[in-house]
Amino acid sequence: MSGMLRLVASNLGRKKLRTSFTLASVIIAFILFALLGGLSRAFTVGVELAGADRLVTTNKVSFIQPMPYSYLGRVQALDGVRAVGHYTWFGGYFQDPKRQFALFPTALESIGDIYPEYQIPPEQYQSLLNNRTGLLVGKALAELYGWQLGDRVPLLSTIYPSADGSYGWAFDIEAIFTGTGTEADELQAFMHYDYFNESRPFGRDTIGWLVTRIADPDQAESIAAAIDVRFANSPTETKTSTEAGFAAGFAAQFGNIGLIVQLVLACVFFTLLLISGNTMAQAVRERTGELAVLKTIGFSNARVIGMVLSESLLVAIIGGVTGLLLGSLFVQGAATAMAQFFPGLAMSAGTLGWGIVFAVLLGLVTGAWPAWRAGRLTVVDALRRT
Amino acid sequence: MQQILAITWQNLKSIPARAGTSLVAVVGVAGVVVVLVAVLSMARGFEATMASGTSADNVVVLRSGSSSELDSGFSGDQSRLITQSPYLDLASAEVYVIVDLPKLSTGTDANVPMRGVGADASEIRTQFRIIEGRMFEPGRREIIAGAGATGQFAGLQLGHTLQFGTEQWELVGIFESGGAADSELWADASVLQGAYRRGNSHSVIYARLGNIDDFQAFSDELTTNPQLSVRVERESDYFAEQSKALTTFISVVGYGIAVLMALGALFGALNTMYTAVSERAREIATLRAIGFQPLAIVVSVMTEAMLLASTGGVIGAGLAWLLFNGFTVSTLSFTSFTQVVFAFVVTPDLMLQGIVIAMLIGLIGGLAPALRAARAPMVAGLRA
Repeated sequence: MSGMLRLVASNLGRKKLRTSFTLASVIIAFILFALLGGLSRAFTVGVELAGADRLVTTNKVSFIQPMPYSYLGRVQALDGVRAVGHYTWFGGYFQDPKRQFALFPTALESIGDIYPEYQIPPEQYQSLLNNRTGLLVGKALAELYGWQLGDRVPLLSTIYPSADGSYGWAFDIEAIFTGTGTEADELQAFMHYDYFNESRPFGRDTIGWLVTRIADPDQAESIAAAIDVRFANSPTETKTSTEAGFAAGFAAQFGNIGLIVQLVLACVFFTLLLISGNTMAQAVRERTGELAVLKTIGFSNARVIGMVLSESLLVAIIGGVTGLLLGSLFVQGAATAMAQFFPGLAMSAGTLGWGIVFAVLLGLVTGAWPAWRAGRLTVVDALRRT
Repeated sequence: MQQILAITWQNLKSIPARAGTSLVAVVGVAGVVVVLVAVLSMARGFEATMASGTSADNVVVLRSGSSSELDSGFSGDQSRLITQSPYLDLASAEVYVIVDLPKLSTGTDANVPMRGVGADASEIRTQFRIIEGRMFEPGRREIIAGAGATGQFAGLQLGHTLQFGTEQWELVGIFESGGAADSELWADASVLQGAYRRGNSHSVIYARLGNIDDFQAFSDELTTNPQLSVRVERESDYFAEQSKALTTFISVVGYGIAVLMALGALFGALNTMYTAVSERAREIATLRAIGFQPLAIVVSVMTEAMLLASTGGVIGAGLAWLLFNGFTVSTLSFTSFTQVVFAFVVTPDLMLQGIVIAMLIGLIGGLAPALRAARAPMVAGLRA
């Protein structure tokens, strides 16, 4: 066995230049594959983070249209509903209006009932509830802007003036929460709805949308329907979907762009595989004569096939794994740089797994044809050809 | 010189004998060019759509601190103050909202912009014209739809009634105006205010300056007025700004992919050319032995590499043009939160960019193998 490995290694080492070029193009193909995975995940991260037991209710006309505050209690009264929370788009930003982040007025007293995955230290949570201008900030967001507990931060709204008529709002950072570990949900902040509602000059006692947590995820559809029926034929009709459905619908709005980027990357990936696969296959083809010699001196068909296959597998797997590792470094770097615009850019275990599957496939496919030929080779034919 | 020509010709004639590897190099280069041109034409198309239909003497007035029309807003008094400025020839105070309509391609709901406009709106948009049906009548619950929107979203046929909430609107016309407005639905501003409970407030003001040089004076008039807190922009600047986030994103992704892929194709080309050279080692050595200069050999190998690469480049650019030019899509604009319908634009300069990159790949991919072929010891080559 070790003898065969040595043969494989020396075959690969024979044309070092070619082997390294092939390796390099395989590595690049897999770097691109990693980027593709990261990018497509970014478009669907909302779906991944969605809770199966949460429903989102928006105004039927459009999610920018508000609904009456009273809807909260009416949904609460429906069967199968565990808790209901309400949120409003604030258009909040810190210093740079082009970098808005998710800042929502909500009922902070019950936020844990809706998002049990958010971890808030109890003593911080207590002081948050005691402070009307307190702000609950995700860890990633706090790090992004360098906010510490107890800081007083001036934020601005692109939509709502505060009580003094300006668009500036002052908040105290009272609590910092950690989410599920991806940055996407930690790039949010929540404020007291009461502070918001009493300060704003218009739109009082309206809310943006409801998030309902239900007791049994299997009943999601019937409860969603029940909510919409409750408000049917009223001046403000609603549209309710599961949180995953809502996130998927939002991702679909980018529609073609996400799809096109992914298609392009997929084309690129396969073009590069074609290039490197061809060279790998060629490297074996050139050696037909040698393979015949090996057979003459007693190598079995199976061993010759095995040798050829392991050669291409070796290149594919070394290249694939290196490419995936480099790619995930790239994705990490890009994720940090673009967290604000593009949260959720990250390498998932799925991408990594598929990458390795593709690497093995590449090795098998490029090796298969030459290996098959090598196995069928009759010694006399092959020797005559050289 | 004659040497160079002879050997290059000889060389090119032998390409068919190496069809397999040569084809792979061509395909690789073509792939790079298709991708580069396609992605850049998407950015170019989006930018062009946002920029078209704007006019140099048009201005947009938004509330200061707002990021787009969607979160901008003026009270009725404020918009009257602005529209009555003596610097303006035409002015339209507009209401900008979003309605949900299903996308034809996926059936999922999309944020379609709906604009309530004043009487001057269609005159301010210089390229505005009704291409089917008629203009809505002021005061009535009627809509006209942009030509881009009708191709992308469901239910936008002439004569159809659209239901938004409890409100019903009749679609009476289809218009074209170039630019982002083609993705919009238009109705009378005061009717839309009523339907969306906006009181007499407006989102944004579009206006035509009486004199193009009055921009600064107009802007100063508004920004120094204590009753107002506004941001005044030229229409073209406003739309350029609005498209920047998305075009930058697409371009960065596009160039990033293209550079990586070009590297991959370069390795493919290097392999092809090294193989070509090493297969012909004996032939090259023989040529050298009978007196051909190393330069002639370098030129012949380089010519082959450049020919393969530029073939790939031309095929790639052509394919990109065939597949993508005019390809119409819609996406969510990062800034306005609404759908923008736009078409890819494959311009000659983008195609040229692609071909230049192809040539670069050929140049680099051919040079090293060419030099090696020319430098290889003659004796070793003959013995091979």
